[in-house]
Amino acid sequence: MPQGLHDQRNTVYRINPKHPEDPALPVLRTEELMLNMGPQHPATHGVLKVVLDLEGERIVQATPVMGYLHRGVEKLAEHGTYHQFIPHTDRLDYVCAMYNNFAYVRAVEKLIDLQVPERAEYLRTIVAEIQRIIGHQFWLGTQALDLGAMTVFFYTFRDREILLDWFEQLCGARLTTSWYRIGGVERDLSPALVETMSDYLDYFPPKIDEYMIFLEKNRIWLARTKGVAVISAEDAISFGMSGPPLRGSGVDYDLRKYEPYAAYDKVEWKVPVGTNGDTYDRYWIRMEEMRESVKIIRQCLDHLKELDQLPTDDSRNQIMAKRPSVTLPTKDRVFTNLENMIQQFKLFSEGFKAPKGEIYCGTEAHKGELGFYIVSDGDSRPYRMKIRAPSFIHMGAFDHMCKGYMISDAVTIFGTYDVVMGECDR
Amino acid sequence: MHPLSARIKSQFPQSLVSIVAYRGEVTANVKRESIHEICRFLHDDPEMAFNYIVHVSSVDWPNDSERFEIIYEVYSIPKRHRIRIKTRVPESDPHLDSMVDIWKGAEFMEREVFDMMGIHFDNHPDLRRILLPDDYPEGYPLRKDFPLQGKGWRDTFEFLGEKP
Repeated sequence: MPQGLHDQRNTVYRINPKHPEDPALPVLRTEELMLNMGPQHPATHGVLKVVLDLEGERIVQATPVMGYLHRGVEKLAEHGTYHQFIPHTDRLDYVCAMYNNFAYVRAVEKLIDLQVPERAEYLRTIVAEIQRIIGHQFWLGTQALDLGAMTVFFYTFRDREILLDWFEQLCGARLTTSWYRIGGVERDLSPALVETMSDYLDYFPPKIDEYMIFLEKNRIWLARTKGVAVISAEDAISFGMSGPPLRGSGVDYDLRKYEPYAAYDKVEWKVPVGTNGDTYDRYWIRMEEMRESVKIIRQCLDHLKELDQLPTDDSRNQIMAKRPSVTLPTKDRVFTNLENMIQQFKLFSEGFKAPKGEIYCGTEAHKGELGFYIVSDGDSRPYRMKIRAPSFIHMGAFDHMCKGYMISDAVTIFGTYDVVMGECDR
Repeated sequence: MHPLSARIKSQFPQSLVSIVAYRGEVTANVKRESIHEICRFLHDDPEMAFNYIVHVSSVDWPNDSERFEIIYEVYSIPKRHRIRIKTRVPESDPHLDSMVDIWKGAEFMEREVFDMMGIHFDNHPDLRRILLPDDYPEGYPLRKDFPLQGKGWRDTFEFLGEKP
């Protein structure tokens, strides 16, 4: 573009009161700048676009534009049986599939009023807490990377890899696991897996200290997290936030304590709660939650050893509830027994009929409250399924939390929620 | 009767249609005109103290005279109880008062309901589509009459002698 043309477009010519004889003298003016951030920005964790209205480098308004990953999961749910939806839940929050499976099967069990055996409850708790550790490791690595500290990323991903390999040995997949089943779990932990996990529980707590060494005294990390993305407890509750973003503001809302499920009320653990409501407090909460998860897993593994003493056909010691009209037979029975094969075939092709009614079941995933609201009209498919995704609801507070911060802090604020767009857009 | 139900029943005898308890959850069906007033009461009353909004959903019942059902599920963090408030709107006039002035989180949740089911929330500060593009022409996908299988460019071709 020629230089002269460019000047003409961007300058306002007005009469200058000091030099009225020279009407063409330019007067400087300021205006808000609109900046599109994303959807291909590496720090937006997938495909999120934000339209930022800027005054200099300060954010005046931030409008999230979502839906780039919308796949219509809620519509798909209306056209599949209850069992068939489990693999879809893996694809919601694709970094933490286990917890989505867990939240979904818990909702269906509440709808059909199914009690899960004790052993299955403990197995579920162990795997869910491992998934929570993975989620927090992933968050820490990427958040530090977004804020310019690359080393932490390598350390957290090194330790996360061990757990993903463990998942692979457990269910054959690292990320899209589908290990939870309605009424129980797909298979039991092998002795080798229990041993690997016990070793990991000894190995991991010093590693949390190692991550903290990189960050606690890092002036850049402190400057970019302390006092950034502050939200008051009242606002956070009003926005419906949950998980570490809410607990960072000093509210101890944790569904594992408020409405205990699985084995969470049978083990000793604490809910870490912050005070300042900033990113640093949320970081601290996630670090403490990893330590609490280690405690929970250790107690659950100990309890599994007690359960091992029981006879294998004891009702407490089963990994799947006994209600053949709903729960799947074990794989070895399917391959050797005709009746069980028919049962499996019927459950997957026809499904089971759920009673008429509606339920909401919330589960404390590591991002926040992941809930499923299921309306059943008595058919084998849900009439309507609503997924309460924490990432989506946290994005509702994004504009409120961004106001007045710098552009670079917008990256911190995405990160502080731990958004995953698969879950946000569904 | 659940204490929550009793309180709502005594407070709003006219606007309450029914109260259902299922699997330990209380659901109050209310009239559309008074839902905002009831939600305001649930939020402000110190015994209710429903300060946390869980989700806003919608269900389509195409055979009913009042076709769409809007669901607000709220929770009280200080009191630790939850309730579900439901109301119905007809297809000819799918309007409802927005709850954004009570719970700020309702803004995105109501936008999603608008996007997916086509319910208009009055007094909503920014009622636009949220997950689908702003100029999406094909209606509201979570309605039951929206086809599961799309009619795209590929469907315009002949396949094994079958005309499109």
